[in-house]
Amino acid sequence: MTEFLQQLVNGLALGAVYALIALGYTMVYGVLRFINFAHSEVFMAGAFAGYFLARVIPTGTVGGGLLVLAGAMVICALLGVLIEKLAYRPLRGRSTLTALITAIGVSLLLQNLGQRIFGANPRSFPTLFPLHYYHLGGVVLSSVQITLFAVTGLLLAALRHVVLKTRIGTAMRALSFNPVAASLVGINNDRVISFTFALGSALAAAGGILYASSYPSIDPLMGTLPGLKAFVAAVLGGIGNIPGAALGGVVLGLVETLVVALGGSTYRDAVAFAVLILILLFRPNGLLGRLQTEKV
Amino acid sequence: MYRLPPRILSAFATGVALALSACSGGGGSGATDDVIRIGEFASLTGKEAAFGQSSHKGTQLAIEEINAGGGLLGKKIEFVYEDNRSTPGESATIAKKLITRDKVVALLGEVASGRSLEAAPIAQTSGIPMISPSSTNPKVTETGDYIFRVCFTDPFQGKLLAEFARNSLKAGKAAVFSDVSAPYSMGLAQYFREPFVASGGQIVSEQKYTGGDKDFKAQLTAIKATRPDVIFVPGYYTDAGLIVAQARQLGITVPLLGGDGWEAPELLQIAGSALEGTYYSTHFSAENSEAKVQQFVASYRARYNGETPDAMAALGYDSAMVLADAIRRAGTTEGPRLREAIAATNGYEGATGKTTLDAARNATKPAVILTVRDGQFRYLETVNP
Repeated sequence: MTEFLQQLVNGLALGAVYALIALGYTMVYGVLRFINFAHSEVFMAGAFAGYFLARVIPTGTVGGGLLVLAGAMVICALLGVLIEKLAYRPLRGRSTLTALITAIGVSLLLQNLGQRIFGANPRSFPTLFPLHYYHLGGVVLSSVQITLFAVTGLLLAALRHVVLKTRIGTAMRALSFNPVAASLVGINNDRVISFTFALGSALAAAGGILYASSYPSIDPLMGTLPGLKAFVAAVLGGIGNIPGAALGGVVLGLVETLVVALGGSTYRDAVAFAVLILILLFRPNGLLGRLQTEKV
Repeated sequence: MYRLPPRILSAFATGVALALSACSGGGGSGATDDVIRIGEFASLTGKEAAFGQSSHKGTQLAIEEINAGGGLLGKKIEFVYEDNRSTPGESATIAKKLITRDKVVALLGEVASGRSLEAAPIAQTSGIPMISPSSTNPKVTETGDYIFRVCFTDPFQGKLLAEFARNSLKAGKAAVFSDVSAPYSMGLAQYFREPFVASGGQIVSEQKYTGGDKDFKAQLTAIKATRPDVIFVPGYYTDAGLIVAQARQLGITVPLLGGDGWEAPELLQIAGSALEGTYYSTHFSAENSEAKVQQFVASYRARYNGETPDAMAALGYDSAMVLADAIRRAGTTEGPRLREAIAATNGYEGATGKTTLDAARNATKPAVILTVRDGQFRYLETVNP
């Protein structure tokens, strides 16, 4: 029983990171109908931003940790806007395939640029948040995991608030329904799209920092696999759907942990991608895909 | 059809002729006549970069020392090396390039058995001797009679670790957690399991991961539930560091045990204080007081800003030195005769003790067991074969 509960905690923690990255995928898809594969590299950039910020900001306290987190989110938001301006904006209006291939190109560019700038060697990530372990019965819960759940929950709530309750959120939803009509009623499409990228990239940065805090070894290729898994999570929950991305992340994290717990550790990645194939075959809209109302 | 004017054609022909004559005159035979080229393929970047870098620095030092002492057979050594980025699929291409384009007389490499296994068939079929500094998987030298190593093999390492777990750690129940993507890890796990069970121990859990994974908590939780006395992690340092850290996070307090794949300062950076009470076996300790060892430690420190060499550096150094010794004895760099000279290596004294190559082209050498205390690697004991 203790073992099962511990695995549940392990799975939820893994799922929370997937959820955080999946939110970024889903946001951009919701507005632009386009999968930003460079998202996993923004996630990597977030972890590196945290790594370098931690050298100038004293960490190990909640305040210091949050400051690094916020700093990395700002840096990545700017990076996201920059990527959109340089790579995607000139191609707007072309076919989605062009945009998709460009996204893969940007992703590869950032990976190799990362290896050029940071070197390909893994680095150990500093401890940003105070480290405590709580023993509840036989189950161990770390302060990093609690931070992970709290930050993911808060960002999810904040995101829903922005999308549903603010002017810019309304503009985003309008754009996603009909870009031409949106610009006719006076919405500045470029600004809204830039904002979407900024928001999505900031979420990726948060994911990068929390992932690196849980698994403290970072390298320029670290984004690839979590990025793909988060993409599976986004599709699983229904891409374009915010609560769906969160649900997809958590389900995927739990499924992976369960597969390993049952002794199939070498199948964990295979199962994650089998989930993608199954969901595309039997429920292409994802678990929450029918709830069109909350589409960004 | 468009035809080139004759003037351009003849100019082109002259150019080609000039280029060809330049090649045969200055480039090809001339260059190979006044230098001896030795090739190395190494993981200078990527996941196992700490290994590749250490090994490379050791080799580099050896070659600089040989050149400073007048070179070999009256010629200087030219050291040609390439990075395989710690990724599979690169080493064979690099070996091909080094042999056919750079015309190296011998290959040195690699630390990881998996990547040595990729290059070994190329060296074997080209008739170019290859010496691996620190690949311990037995299959590496089984590739053919041109493939050698200057380190011990995993059957020896696995057995001594099993005995250490049984006798020194008094472990009755062991869990094994190995990397399915590394032949080194899978081999060492097997060579640990057999003697451990044969001496009355019990393997209570076998878990697997894939090199490069970050999350090991699910496997470790499953291992914890089986209550082992020791956990054997025969992987490389990046993964092993994360495994040790996550094991301690989950409240696992039993000792963790590893092989020479743990030997890197990065292990300490990744796992930090979680490493207290872990053990691993390796080839070399800089704390060894033998004169040859201390001489190597001193010249390594002088060359690399006071850095203390680890096992990979010492083996990298020895691989080049054993090769140089063989070239001197052979009096030639021609493949078959050089191969025979390397095979005849007997009692060569280097940085890791005496190297004698047996009929299976493996070195028989003592191993040391290190532990981590107060955030530093500490010498514990030497195990003789």
